[in-house]
Amino acid sequence: MIAATDLRKSYKDHLALKGVSFSVAPGELFAYLGPNGAGKTTTIRIMTGLTRPDSGSALVAGRDLLRDPKAKQGVGMVAQTINLDMELSVAENLDIHGRLFGLSRQKRLEKSVEWLARVGLTERAGSAVKTLSGGLRRRVMIARALMHEPAALFLDEPTVGLDADIRRQIWALIKDLQSSGVAIFLTTHYIEEAEALADRVAFLKNGLITATDTPHNLIGVIGAWAAVDLSGKSPAAFFQERADAMAHAACQAGGVTVRRTSLEDAYLQAMGGGALEVSACLPGKQDAGAEKNDGGAR
Amino acid sequence: MIQGALAVYYREMLLMRRRSFRLLAGMAVSPLLYFVTFGQAVGRSAQLDGLAYSSFLLPGLVAMSSMMQAYSMASEINISRFYFRIFDEFMASPIGPAAYVLGEVMAGVTRGLAAAAVIVLMGTLFGVHFQAGALFWLGAGLNAFFFAALAVAMAMIVRTHQDQATLTNFIITPMAFLGGTFFPVEKLPGWAAAVVGLLPLTHASRAIRLASQDRPVPVEEWGVLVAAGVLCLVLAMYLTRRVQD
Repeated sequence: MIAATDLRKSYKDHLALKGVSFSVAPGELFAYLGPNGAGKTTTIRIMTGLTRPDSGSALVAGRDLLRDPKAKQGVGMVAQTINLDMELSVAENLDIHGRLFGLSRQKRLEKSVEWLARVGLTERAGSAVKTLSGGLRRRVMIARALMHEPAALFLDEPTVGLDADIRRQIWALIKDLQSSGVAIFLTTHYIEEAEALADRVAFLKNGLITATDTPHNLIGVIGAWAAVDLSGKSPAAFFQERADAMAHAACQAGGVTVRRTSLEDAYLQAMGGGALEVSACLPGKQDAGAEKNDGGAR
Repeated sequence: MIQGALAVYYREMLLMRRRSFRLLAGMAVSPLLYFVTFGQAVGRSAQLDGLAYSSFLLPGLVAMSSMMQAYSMASEINISRFYFRIFDEFMASPIGPAAYVLGEVMAGVTRGLAAAAVIVLMGTLFGVHFQAGALFWLGAGLNAFFFAALAVAMAMIVRTHQDQATLTNFIITPMAFLGGTFFPVEKLPGWAAAVVGLLPLTHASRAIRLASQDRPVPVEEWGVLVAAGVLCLVLAMYLTRRVQD
């Protein structure tokens, strides 16, 4: 269980977090989305004990990260940058992590074998990390973060810079972890990643959470169907009913396509990245659409 | 805390083993050049403080080289902090800042003593007259302890690699040449000797040199090295904790 309450953090005159609260249950995957500078990394640094907040509380498995140094035993972290010892082997990197978390020699060996098998790296245990591809290095980082059996796993953009097929492999691995009961906190810039993986999603904007819900509900707030201008000149329009979206598309000049609304649409609406606009040829939907937008993810 | 410090130390030793050839070459090249140039060529027939210059120079090189190698931990930590971000792996673990500092300082002392061993080997090969008993190694170890602790403290203050290079240029390089390594501090003008006498390296050079001639080492030399080392260790622990804030 992860629980953050009213986290606030400032750097000189910049307020990075303005009172952030959330919780993640065991076996739940919570995606934390926001643009660069929104406060995602600050949150993750606080929740992994790397940075102290100005105020608020951060609990993992019921232990206070800010007061109890042993609380870090419950935290696993996969950083955004590859922070492995490149000159050392995969097994040595895992072994050092096990030592830092106080695991016995026997336990280190057992866990190393177990996790290397689960991430498909048994054959590469003796290879220097510098000889591995980016995708394999990510897997090593995930194995390392789980060596000490944490109750909570923090993934900071774990698939950034990876090929689509490697990303899918990492997704499968994350899903597998989730089923083993670990509370997972994920930050990512790939919204489709959050949509595919997350049980719940939070939108973070300027150091504040603006919406928290399941991907389905967040999408539902703006409407299940989107009519999208293929020229990109006008913003997408959203509708609860497909028939309305089709009717809207039919009365537009130029190419308009109708598709299911995605989490990315909801995210962009929440971040103010595109105003909701409903066609004048569907007067009955304009108010409803605007109302949904104002009272929803924004 | 000891378990955490040993984990940090173990990592450094693994890395040292991987880089052993490069490290040993680095430990040997500069002292060898100084030794050949000053000890064998320029100072072949010279005497200082009643000693052959090579016998005078060897303890100075031990002090200088152990200082350099111990202080090089600052660069290692900076690389792991700013470039590879491995520092975060330590800070996210439950070991705490004190254990981290202790592990890095232990690694710095090991590097310093390895550098001293290289000079001793070199001196033996060149037939230099000196003793390398327990006090000789104690001097080299305490010198490495002080500079390793200073290195960790400095690594926590700087914000870029460039800052680190600047600190080295202004603190370590002058100390290397002025701290009684190549000439007796007493030969300097009074005011300069007084200033240089404040440098821990001066005390280390003196202690190692006296020990290398099997002469008694005044207790204040040890006192200065221990006190300065402990002060830097505490400072390093405080600064490492502050980095998290």
